[in-house]
Parts: sequence; C-alpha cells; structure tokens
Amino acid sequence: MEPIMAIAVGLMYAAAIYMMLRRSIVKLVIGLMLLSNAANLLIFTSAGMTRGAPPLIPEGAIVPDGIVADPLPQALILTAIVIAFGVLAFAVVLIHRAYNILRTDNLDQMKDTDT
Amino acid sequence: MQLAVLVIYLAALLTPWLFVQHQHRTAYMMALVPAALTIWFATHIPLIAGGEILIHEYQWIPGLDISFTMVLDGLSLMFALLICGIGTFIALYAGAYLKGNPAQNRFLVILLAFMGSMLGLVLADNLITLFVFWELTSITSYMLIGFNHQSAEARKAALQGLIVTVAGGLALLAGLVMLAAMAGSYSIQEILGTSEALTEHPLFVGMLICLLLGAFTKSAQFPFHFWLPNAMAAPTPVSAYLHSATMVKAGIYLLARLQPELGESGLWTILLSSFGAMTMLTGAFMAVRSTDLKKLLAYSTIMALGTLTLLLGIGTETAMIAFAAYLLAHSLYKGALFMLAGIVDHEAGSRDVTALGGLRKNLPLTATLVAVAALSLAGIPPLFGFVAKELLLEAMLGDAFHSFIYVFVMVASIFVVTVASVIALRPFFGAFKAPKEQSKIHEPPVAMLVGPVVLVLLSLVAGIIPGTIGQWVTLPASNAVAGNVVEGYLALWHGLNLPLLLSGISIALGLILYKVWDAFRQRLTVLDPIINRGPERGYFWFMDAIVWVAEWQTRWLQNGSMRNYLRTIVLVFVGLTGYTLLTRYQLHWNWDINLYFHELVTVSILVAAAIAACITHSRLGSVAAMGAVGFSVALIFILFSAPDLGITQILVETLTVILLVLVLFRLPSFSNISTTRERIRDAVVALLVGTLIMCLIMITIDVQLFEPISAYQIENSYTLAQGRNIVNVILVDFRALDTLGEIFVLALAAMGVYAMIKFNPDTAPGSNHYAGTLILAEKKLAEKDIIHSLEEIHQKMLEDQNIIAAGAMNNRNAKDDDDDDDESEDANTSSYDNDRPQDDSANSANDENEKEGKPS
Repeated sequence: MEPIMAIAVGLMYAAAIYMMLRRSIVKLVIGLMLLSNAANLLIFTSAGMTRGAPPLIPEGAIVPDGIVADPLPQALILTAIVIAFGVLAFAVVLIHRAYNILRTDNLDQMKDTDT
Repeated sequence: MQLAVLVIYLAALLTPWLFVQHQHRTAYMMALVPAALTIWFATHIPLIAGGEILIHEYQWIPGLDISFTMVLDGLSLMFALLICGIGTFIALYAGAYLKGNPAQNRFLVILLAFMGSMLGLVLADNLITLFVFWELTSITSYMLIGFNHQSAEARKAALQGLIVTVAGGLALLAGLVMLAAMAGSYSIQEILGTSEALTEHPLFVGMLICLLLGAFTKSAQFPFHFWLPNAMAAPTPVSAYLHSATMVKAGIYLLARLQPELGESGLWTILLSSFGAMTMLTGAFMAVRSTDLKKLLAYSTIMALGTLTLLLGIGTETAMIAFAAYLLAHSLYKGALFMLAGIVDHEAGSRDVTALGGLRKNLPLTATLVAVAALSLAGIPPLFGFVAKELLLEAMLGDAFHSFIYVFVMVASIFVVTVASVIALRPFFGAFKAPKEQSKIHEPPVAMLVGPVVLVLLSLVAGIIPGTIGQWVTLPASNAVAGNVVEGYLALWHGLNLPLLLSGISIALGLILYKVWDAFRQRLTVLDPIINRGPERGYFWFMDAIVWVAEWQTRWLQNGSMRNYLRTIVLVFVGLTGYTLLTRYQLHWNWDINLYFHELVTVSILVAAAIAACITHSRLGSVAAMGAVGFSVALIFILFSAPDLGITQILVETLTVILLVLVLFRLPSFSNISTTRERIRDAVVALLVGTLIMCLIMITIDVQLFEPISAYQIENSYTLAQGRNIVNVILVDFRALDTLGEIFVLALAAMGVYAMIKFNPDTAPGSNHYAGTLILAEKKLAEKDIIHSLEEIHQKMLEDQNIIAAGAMNNRNAKDDDDDDDESEDANTSSYDNDRPQDDSANSANDENEKEGKPS
C-alpha cells in the first residue's frame, strides 16, 4: 500500500504547490487545503500503514491485544487537522476582507498596496 | 581602579539631579571628580616610575575568561593623567561655554560617561573589557559630536564618525579574538608575557590587519582621517577633549599597548610607518590649506596622530622615548589650543582666520596663551613641543631604511610651523577684523581660561625641566611601550647635532611659507579636484552603495510577490534535499504492493479529485473536488486503523465545504491570468516537489532508526490514564500541553475571524455595530454619518432624538425591503458602493436584520 500512497501524496503535493503558485488568491486557498491534506497523509504514510488494528484497548484488558497502529502519528495528525481548519478559516476570511477592500483577487496587484 | 571608573559613571548618573538645583554650576562640581582622580593617579607616579605595575584583579565572567582586572603601568598612567587632568578643565570650560544652554545636563552626562569609558579603556587588562570600553567611547562620542542635534551637519558628522569607528571596532573585535586565540589568553599582561612567537602563526596577518583597521579608524589614520575634521561640528569642549587628547588617542593607545608583542613583525613596521607617514603628510598638507581655526587644529591633530603611528612603526628605543614625549606634548598644547580657539570663536564670532585680525588688544591673555601653545606646536624652545620634536627627528634619523620618511617628516615639520604661525598671529595681529564689534569683545570667564592657562604652563614647565617630566611620566610610558627599560633621557639641549639643524631649517622654511601663506593657499586650489576625490568621497560612495544594494536586494528578494517567495523556497528545498538524497542515500524501490481493490479506488478518487481541483474553471467544481479530496482522506484514515482521524476529518471537511461555499461565491470567479508558459513552469516546479516527496516517503517507510516512543503510551494508556482510546489519551493526557496550544491557536484564529468580520476600519470609531458580517454585505457609513468632533456627536444626538420622535417605526419596514434589494445586488454583481447614502435609522434597522440573519 505504501508505494501507492507515496505516489498519491507526491501528486497531491504537486497539485498543492501548483495551485499556490497561481495568481488568483482563491486558488491559493485551494492549494493551502490540498497542502494540509497532503501533509497529513505524508505523516500517516511514513509512520507505516496498518489495516484493521485501531489503537484501542478492549474492555477488560489493560493493553491492546496484538499489534495496533502507532497512535502517536495519529494524535499529531488529529492536532494538525484541527489547526489546518483554523488556519483555513482565518485565511478565507482574510481573503474575503482583502478582496472587499482592494477589489482584486490578483496577488500581484495586492502586493502594491502595502503603503 | 575599578572604583575610579565607576565613580565617573556614578557622577554621570547624579548629574541630572544636581543640575535641577545648581544649573551650570553643576559642571564645576563635576569637575571635582576628575580632579580628585587626577590627584589619586598622580600619587601613583613614584610607584610606577620605580618600575612597578599595579594590578587590581576582579573577575567578571570567569567562564569566558573575561575579567574586569585593571592594570596601571607607565602607559596607562600617562593616559589616565591626561584623561582626568584635561577632563577636569574641559568640565570647567563646558560649564562656562554652555552656560544657559538647557541641554547642558545632557552634555555633562555624556561627557562624564565618555570620560569613564576612556579611563576604562586605558586601564582594562582584558581584551574583551577593553573592547567594551572602546565601543562605549564610540557611542558616547557619537552623542557628543551630535550634541547640536538640530543641525543637520552635526548629525551627519556624528553618524559619519560613528560608522567609521564602529566599523573599525567590528574589525577590531575580530582581531582581538584572533589575538586571544593565538596567545591563549584574553589578558593583555599574559599576552605580552607569552613566549609564543605570534608572527609565525597562520592567523597573524589577518589578526594584524583587523587590529590595525580598528586602531586606524579610531585614530583617524589615512585613509579614514576624514571623519575627524567633520567631527568639529561638535561643541568646542568636545573637540578639545575627544579630538585632541582622548578618543582619537585610543587607537594609538592600543597600538602602543600591543607594541611589545607585535612590534617585532616586519609587517607591523611597514604598515605603521607607511600609514603613519601618509597620515602625517596628509594632515599637515590639509592643515596648511584650511582657514577655519578648528579645521586647522583638527588637521594638525591628524598630523600628530600620524606621527605617533610612524614612531610606533619605527620601533627603536629612541622612537619609544619620542612617542611618549610627543604624545604628552601634543595633548597639552592641542587641548589648550582647541579651548582657546573656542574662546576666539565665542568672543569674536568667527573661526575663520581670514575674517579675524588685531584681537590682541581685546583678548590679551588669550593671545598670549595661543602664542605660547603655538610655539609648542611649532616645536620652538623652550616649550615641551621642542623636546618632543627633537626626539622625533632623532628617531627618524636612527631609522636607516625608510629614507622617504625623512622627506615626509621634514615637509610636515615645515607645514606645522606655518600652521602654528597662522593660529598664533593671524587672529591677533594686524588691523582689527571680526564679525563682532570691537567694544563687545572681551576676555572670557575664568572657568574657560583655567584649562588653557594650566595646560600652557605645563607645556612651558615641562619644556624647562624635561628631565624631571621624562623621569616621572614619559619614560615609564616609553618602557611600557618598548616592553623593556629604555636607555635615554629628555633634555632641552641635546647639543649641536643634525636634529637641531633640521629643526632650525624647518622653522625657517615654515616662517617663510607663512609670509606667502595667502598666495600659497591660492596656488593649492589647483589641487581641489584631487582633494575632492579623496577618501571621504569613498565613504559617501560606500554609504550610497549600501543603500543601493539594500534597494536592489529588496527589489530582487523581497519583491512582495508571494509566488516568487514560494517558488524560491520550494526550489531551494528541492535542490538541497534532493542533492542530499541522491548523493547520500540509495533509493530502495520496494514495489511490494499489497493492495485491495477498494483501497485502490479510494486513492484514485483522491488523486483524481486533487487534479480536478487544479484544472477546473468552475468555483463550485473546485469546492466539490476539495470535498471529494477531504472525504477520500477520511476514508483512508478509517481503512487504515485511524477511526478518530476519520471522524475528525469528516467533521472538519463538512465545515470547510460550508465555509468555502459561503465565502468563495462572494469572491470573483476564477480568472485565467497566467500564460501557458507560466503554467508549464509552475507545473514543472510542482512536479519536482511531488517527486521529491514521493522519494522521501519511499525511503522513510523502510527505515526505522529508533524504537517508536508510542510503545510506552500504548502500555500505559489504561494503567496510568484510565483511557481505552490511546489516541485520545495521548491528546488529553500525555501531550495535553500540545492540545492546550492547539486550543489557543484556534481561539486566536476565531478572534481574528471575528475581528475581521466585525470591525471595519473605514467606519468611524464607535460605530462597529454598523459593520457588515460575512453572511451579509458590509455596510459603510455615509460621509455625513462619520463623526469628526464632539460638536458633531452632540448634533447627532439631537438629530437621533428628532428621528425617534418623528416616528422611526414608520419607515422601518420600508427600509428593510431596501436592504434586501441591496443584498441581492451585491451578491450578483459584487458591486461595491462606498458612498451609498443611508440615513441613521436605515443602519440601525439593518443591524437588527443582520443579527437575525446570522445564526442561519
């Protein structure tokens, strides 16, 4: 599974970077979302993928029976998902605000408005 | 000795407080501090003259080999006496000179701080401590030169001085660190005592150049001499103190201090002699063509500094004797001359010698003092300057292999006699000439005259009894510079010999040159184009170049285009990581694919959706594609044992899609701005990154460098934290602080979002409840509703009462309809009308409308 995922994550990174290099600020946001998803999958994949063994402890046991998926990367990704959402919400509103004031969605035109 | 330095700083701290009560008399009180220190140092003269070295140890940062140890030997003592002695008179002089100036307390604080720094510099034994004091003198002198900060010229001169000396200071630090590394100690005493041959060390040349850069910039050596005359923009007490007796001598002090260790190097001899001789000649030449009294003195100071450097370069025992004597002589007459020049300027209203004349009737005492000091400057017996000059000539003649130096020294001696004559005769003899009326010119207050009188008398006394002065003051200093006991003595009469003859010739030629000075200066104007191309032009060119380079690299690197930044960052990442990957690691292609069909479908949907999001031209299409990406990711999480991630991802993805739908359609539709070439270029960059990431994953999946730390968490999840869901336990227990941080980030983002939606900077303060929300279009206040003053508020309150009284209820319904129309207009065309007229009641009605609409 991992080699396939490696290719998929690589393609997602490529798509994310491509979108972030576009001039339209909306496409930048799409790129940002792709990037956060790709990064989550990157961590998920490189930690090794396990089928059907969630890190849960059954009733009555003290440790999970058998080998379970590594819980630590999952905890990290969980944090990352939520943070990415916070960042996205902020970015989206910021863009909306910027567009309302500047009346452009072209990043190259926005850069001249510093002063 | 540490106390001596601290006392001065303490006095500086007390000054503002004293100044409130005693005004300009504070300066006289403060003069007591250096006066007391002068006496304290003077009591050490017999001890030091006996060959003792006084060491007061004090640890500062022992771990870094930085101590606050202070050492008093012949050289330090002479400097300390000059700093405190002349400092006393400068403080007195400043009290009268700046009388009535409200910024006098500031002046005194900085002057005392400078004095303390200078004293620390000459007493410090540790190289780092020395450097700290060195920089402190640079900074305090910056503030002193720029004292008249309203004057653009003073600011410019101060900055120039600071930049030149601090740039040199930076080089000096490097040099000192190298020196310490070579000698194995930061203590000067230990470095001087080291038996290691530093000249053989590979770092030696670099160290020497760095040290000399520091010393030369500080001591205004050619080609860094230009800052010193410009620094004459400072008040006269500052010029007299910093630019004759102390600050510029700091570089000389450092060179002299290290002379015993480094003086044997051939490079040292060559660099010091040639730069010293060049500086001497430049100073003398520039002095001869100046007419401003302070400029004349400043350039002759440069000449003297060059001479001192030259003497260190010559490095013979006679040169060492001459060095100490010349240093003392110069400090005495130059300090006096600067103060006297200030008096002339103060009283007669001009410093230009061509605009002055016949002042001796009004300023008899000043004229006499100037004459005597100038005699010392010219090197005429029986002044101490003569003794020093004889020794200089003798040292020069003893130096057989630098014949060009003879010429330099002779020319400089001739010029300096001319300069001395100009200073002594021009303003005081001949027909009366001054910008001020003759009756208004009179002798200055006693406080201003004390310094010059004492210094001139010292010059005279030292000239008459040179042997005594030599024995107690200058010879111990010479011993310290030479590193051993020098054989020699100071005397007025050395017998009929070559130095005396040369001295006579230079005096005669100098006086002849004085006779034709005006014509000579006229002739020299031919050289102006060359002089204008001097090192100072290099400085301005350098400063312009800094600005130009800053602008260029800002335009190039910080061009404000985020895409360029991103492309640069990404390409650097690909380049560096990719290079390391290819050169250091072997790629293992593990194509051992163990795959179910439903997994393949999920991944395919994921990739297809990601690509679709990129190429679609429809906003709705891209949002839908993003949804597909998000849910595919969630599915992958669920398929591979991460149910919590799946649940979170689904929740977040739902919210994201709602958010996007809400906002994206308030933005313009996708536009295709890029050309095909740009697209291809970006696609290539993007694919490079993608490939690299793929390779990185391929490498990492097979590598397990360490045991995963989650083993501990899996084992202890239930026993320690009573939780069966290990991921949750990690989040809320093992890594609870992370989660707290995450919550904090979310709260911040929420606050940011709220602020951006609610607060509108374009509307007047206090009218935030009029601002639009994300869901509803923003409402702007009409110009007439923006409050500019208190009267307007009052007016507005009256109007509001009228409106309510007139029945705002009547038109509320109608206004609501109006607003709805506006909404649809906004959503459809994204048009935006800043000046849409709205009256107050319409706004408040709209506000309620928004509040109701928000929860939906």
